Amino acid sequence: MSAETTAIGAVAAPAAEEGFWGFSRAQLVGLAALVAALLIGPFLLYPVFLMKLLCFALFAMAFNLLIGYVGLLSFGHAAYFGMGGYIAGHAAKAWGLTPELSIIAGGLVAGLLGVAAGWLAIRRQGIYFAMITLALAQMVYFFCVQAPFTGGEDGIQAIPRGKLFGVIPLDPDMNMYWVVAAVFLLGFLLIHRIIHSPYGQVLKSIKENEPRAISLGYRTDDYKLLAFILSATLAGVAGATKSLVFGIATLTDVHWSMSGEVVLMTLVGGLGTVFGPLIGAGVIVGMQNYLAEMGAWVTVIQGVIFVLCVLAFRRGLVGELASLLKVKL
Amino acid sequence: MDEIFGIPLPLLFGQLLLGLINGAFYAMLSLGLAVIFGLLNIVNMAHGAQFMMGAFAAWMLLAWFGIGYWWALIIAPIIVAITGIILEKLFISRLYKLDHLYGLLLTFGLALIIEGIFRNEFGSSGLPYRIPPELSGAWDLGFMFMPVYRGWVVVAALVLCLATWLLIEKTRLGAYLRAATERAELVQAFGVNVPRMITLTYGFGVGLAAIGGVLAAPIYSVNPQMGSNLIIVVFAVVVIGGMGSIMGAIVTGFALGIVEGLTKVFWPEASATVIFVIMAIVLLARPAGLFGRA
Repeated sequence: MSAETTAIGAVAAPAAEEGFWGFSRAQLVGLAALVAALLIGPFLLYPVFLMKLLCFALFAMAFNLLIGYVGLLSFGHAAYFGMGGYIAGHAAKAWGLTPELSIIAGGLVAGLLGVAAGWLAIRRQGIYFAMITLALAQMVYFFCVQAPFTGGEDGIQAIPRGKLFGVIPLDPDMNMYWVVAAVFLLGFLLIHRIIHSPYGQVLKSIKENEPRAISLGYRTDDYKLLAFILSATLAGVAGATKSLVFGIATLTDVHWSMSGEVVLMTLVGGLGTVFGPLIGAGVIVGMQNYLAEMGAWVTVIQGVIFVLCVLAFRRGLVGELASLLKVKL
Repeated sequence: MDEIFGIPLPLLFGQLLLGLINGAFYAMLSLGLAVIFGLLNIVNMAHGAQFMMGAFAAWMLLAWFGIGYWWALIIAPIIVAITGIILEKLFISRLYKLDHLYGLLLTFGLALIIEGIFRNEFGSSGLPYRIPPELSGAWDLGFMFMPVYRGWVVVAALVLCLATWLLIEKTRLGAYLRAATERAELVQAFGVNVPRMITLTYGFGVGLAAIGGVLAAPIYSVNPQMGSNLIIVVFAVVVIGGMGSIMGAIVTGFALGIVEGLTKVFWPEASATVIFVIMAIVLLARPAGLFGRA
C-alpha cells in the first residue's frame, strides 16, 4: 500500500517526534475528544452498543497495526479475534477465572497462534501473504468447528461476566462498560506507543522499502513477526472482551467474513491513521445495527462500500479529513 | 482382496473418485486464478462468486427458459464471462497502477455484492439441478460403481485444463499472452492491443470458473455460498503450486484433491484441514511454491 504514503525520510530519526508522548497537536485534540466521548458516551447511548463498538474498534486498530504500519494485509484476523473469544469464554465458564485473567488468557493464546501463523506467513509478501493468512485462518475455523471445548455450531453460551479482581461484579452494564473502555484505551495507547517507538519507525521503513531496510542491517523478518504477534494478541484481547460482554462465543467470530469486516472497518476509517479504525468500526457496527433487519442486503452494502473505498476513497474518512485540515490524525 | 490396510476397497475407490472430482474443480479454479494473475497482477477474490454464478446461470437457463445442460455448458460461461468483462472495464481496470492489494480488496467487495444479491433472490438453501439423462446412471467397474456423471466431470475438467494449457503454451495468441505477462509495455510497442487482451483474459478466466460452476451444479446443490467455501481452499492450492506455471496449477489441483480424498478414508477428522497443513509444510520447505519462481 505504498501509493500515497509519506516519504522515506522519517526512517532515520526515530525519537524526534514533536508534541507530548509522540502525539501531534491534532492527535492530542483527538485523544481528548476520545476520552471525553468514552466518559459521556454511556449516558447518551446504549452501553452494550458502545461496548460492541469499542471491541471492534480495538480489533480494527490491531489489524491496522499490520496493514497501516508494516504494509502487511492479513486476511485471516478473525482467527485471533475468535480464538481469543473462545479461550476467554472457556476460561471464565469452565475454569471459573476472573474476567481480567480470562481476557489475558484469550490474548495470550491468540498471540501464540499469531507466533505460528506469522512465522509461516511472513515467508511471502503482498497478495501471497493475504492468501496464506486467509488459508491458515480457515484451518483455525475448521479446528473450532470440531474441537470439543468450542461447542461446535452452538458455541460457548452463558459465559459469566464474573467479578473484576474477584471483587467488583460486572453484571451491571455500566460496570462492564468501564472495564471495556479501560481495555480499549490501554490498547489504543499501547498501539500508539508501538508506532512511535524506534521499533515502530523500523516497521514503517519496512513498509516503505523493505530491501532498503534489509540493506541497512535490519532483520526485517523478526520485526514483521513481532508486529504480527502483537497484532494477533490485541485482536485476541478484543475478541475475549467481546465474548465476556455478550456472554457468548460462536463460529461467527472465526469465520472469514469477520476477517473481511475488519478489513472494511479499517479501510473506511483510513489505513495507517491512528483514529481511522475507531471511526471505521463506528460506521460499520452502527450500520449493522440500524440495518439489521435487511438481512443479506447488509452484505451487498458492505460490498458496495468496499468498492467505493478502493476506487474513490482510498485514504478513508480520517485520512481525507487529515489531508483536508493538513494535520496528522 | 477386498480391503487394503483394513479399508474396504469400494470405500477407498469411492473417496478417491470424490477426491478426483474436487481436484478437478481445484485445478480449473486455480488455473483461472493463475491466468488472471499472470496478466492482471490481481488475485481475483470474486472467482468463487463467479463459479457460483456459473451454476446459477445453468439453473436459471433450465428453470426459466427450458434450456438444458448441454447448451448451458456453452451459454452460461459466456454470460458470466461477459459480466466479468463489464466488471473489468468498469472497475478493475482503474487499479492497475496501484498496489496489487487494492485489486484484492476490490474483487472481495465485488464478491460480497454478488453473493449478497444471490442470497436475497434465492435464499441460502440449495436449489436442485438434475443430472442430464445422457449422463445419469452408473457403470459397474467390477470393484466399484462409478456414477457416469462424476466420470464425465473428471474427463471434461481434464480436457478443459489441457486445452487451456495448449492454448497458452502452443499457440500464437498464447505467445502474445505470455509475452505480455513478462513485459506488457514492450508487447504494446509491437502493436498488440494489450488493454483489450487484459480484458479478454479476465473474461476467459472468469468463464473457466463459470464452466466449473455448471459442471458442479448437478453434484452439489446450487447455492450462493458454494463458491466462497471452495475458493479459500483454492487459494491454499495456489500457494502450494505457485502461480508461475499453468501446468503446475493443473497438477497441484488434481493431486491435492486426491490427497484430500485419501485423508477422508484414513483420518476423516483431518480431511478439512489437510490441504492447509500441506500448505504450511510447502511454505517451510519451498516458500515460492512447488512450481513457482522465487
